[in-house]
Amino acid sequence: MYKGGKIIASLIIFVAFLTFPFFYNMGKANAGPENLAANTKITANTQCVEPASYMLANHMQLLNQWRQAYVRDGLTEYTNSQGQTFKDNLNTCIQCHSTGAVSNTVGLSNPAVKNVGVSSSAVNTSDQFCVSCHNYASVEPTCWSCHSEPGGATK
Amino acid sequence: MSINRRQFLKRAGIVTALGIGGSIGLHGKIVEAAAEAGYKTSSQALNAKHWAMVVDMSKFKSEDDFKKVAQSCVNIHNIPDFGNPKDEIKWIWEDDYEHTFSGGDNEYLTDSFKELPFVVMCNHCENPPCVKACPTGATFKKPDGIVDMDYHRCIGCRFCMGACPFGARSFNYRDPRPFIKQINPDFPTRTPGVVEKCTFCVERLAVGQMPACVEASNGGLIFGDLDDPKSEVRKIVSTKYTIRRKTDLGTQPSVYYLVGGGDHA
Repeated sequence: MYKGGKIIASLIIFVAFLTFPFFYNMGKANAGPENLAANTKITANTQCVEPASYMLANHMQLLNQWRQAYVRDGLTEYTNSQGQTFKDNLNTCIQCHSTGAVSNTVGLSNPAVKNVGVSSSAVNTSDQFCVSCHNYASVEPTCWSCHSEPGGATK
Repeated sequence: MSINRRQFLKRAGIVTALGIGGSIGLHGKIVEAAAEAGYKTSSQALNAKHWAMVVDMSKFKSEDDFKKVAQSCVNIHNIPDFGNPKDEIKWIWEDDYEHTFSGGDNEYLTDSFKELPFVVMCNHCENPPCVKACPTGATFKKPDGIVDMDYHRCIGCRFCMGACPFGARSFNYRDPRPFIKQINPDFPTRTPGVVEKCTFCVERLAVGQMPACVEASNGGLIFGDLDDPKSEVRKIVSTKYTIRRKTDLGTQPSVYYLVGGGDHA
C-alpha cells in the first residue's frame, strides 16, 4: 500500500477520536431522570386518569386527544376505561402532579423556566413534574409557555 | 437439518395466519378500549344552535358602564396591557359610532348618539372571513355559531387579521406574560406569535356560566340562542330595532346593537 503506514495510523487516530466519548463515559452509571413518584402529590385516590403503565407510554397522545376534544369539539369530560369521569383539562393533571417540594435543578431547557423577566409567581415557579423526565429525554414540551403550571390552577 | 420447499411454505403459511389472526384480535381489543373511554360535554354545559349577543345601548352611557364590562374580560382571559396601541390586544373594547358603523352614516343623527361609546367585540359572523383565510384551521366555526381559536395551531400568519372587517383580532408581537396585571391561572395565557380574539367565553359556557362581560353588564349585554324563538335575544332582535356592523359585507354578524331600547332616543 502506498503510504500505508501513515494511512493506517491516521485511521487509528480517527477511530480513537470517534469513539472517545464512549470510552470516556464507560462505567459511569447514568442516574436517569428524577424519581417520578417523588414528584407526585400522592392523594387518597392515586389512580391516574388511566393506569400508570398506559400513561407512561401514551400521555402525550392522550393530551392531544384531550386537546382535540376540548378545544375543537367542545367535549369537556373524559370517561376512562374504568368508567371514571375527568375534566379533560391540564388542570386535572396538575392537581396530582404538582411538585412544590421537589426543586427543579436541571429544568433549564424548559421554556417555562427560560422565561426571564416574568414577574408573576404564578407562571414562573417551575418545579413541574414534566421537567425531570423531559429534560432527561431532551424533549421540550411547550405546554407551560401558555398554560399555568402546577400550583397555579385553583380548580 | 434442512427443510424442503413444501415444509417451508407450510410453516410460512402458519406463521402468517397467526400474525394476521393476532393482529385482528389485538385490534378488536384496542377498539373496545377506545369505546369504553369516551368524551362528552358536561351536563352543566349551556347549549345553543346559534349563540348571539344584543348590546343594549341604553345601558352604556358612561365610561364606567363600559370599563366594568371590559375589565371582567381582561381579568379572566389574561389579556395583557402593553400600554401602546400598536401592540394592543383587544377582546372587547369601545369605539365611536363613525368607526363602528362606517358606511351606514346617517348625517342627521343627533350628536349625542354619535358620541356614544359603542361596545365592540368579535361578531362571531355566520360567514366568518377569518375562518376562510386561516391556512391551518386554527380559527374555526363551532356548530353553536361561535368562531373559536385553537392557539396550538396558530402559526401567526395574520391572514385572519387582514380578513376580519371588524379589527377584532390581535396579534401577540411580544411576550404577553410580563404585561398581565393579575394572572388567572385557570385560563391559559398566549405566546408571542399567535392571534387572539373574543371567544364568547366558550370555556364558561361549557360549565354552565354566561360570558363574563354579560354577567358584569347589569343587563346591558344580552346573550342567548338566536335559533330559539323563546330566547330573549331572539325576541329583541325580532321585535325591536337593532343594527349590526357592516352588514353590506355579508358576514352576518351575531352581535346586534339595540339602539331604540329603553329610555334611549
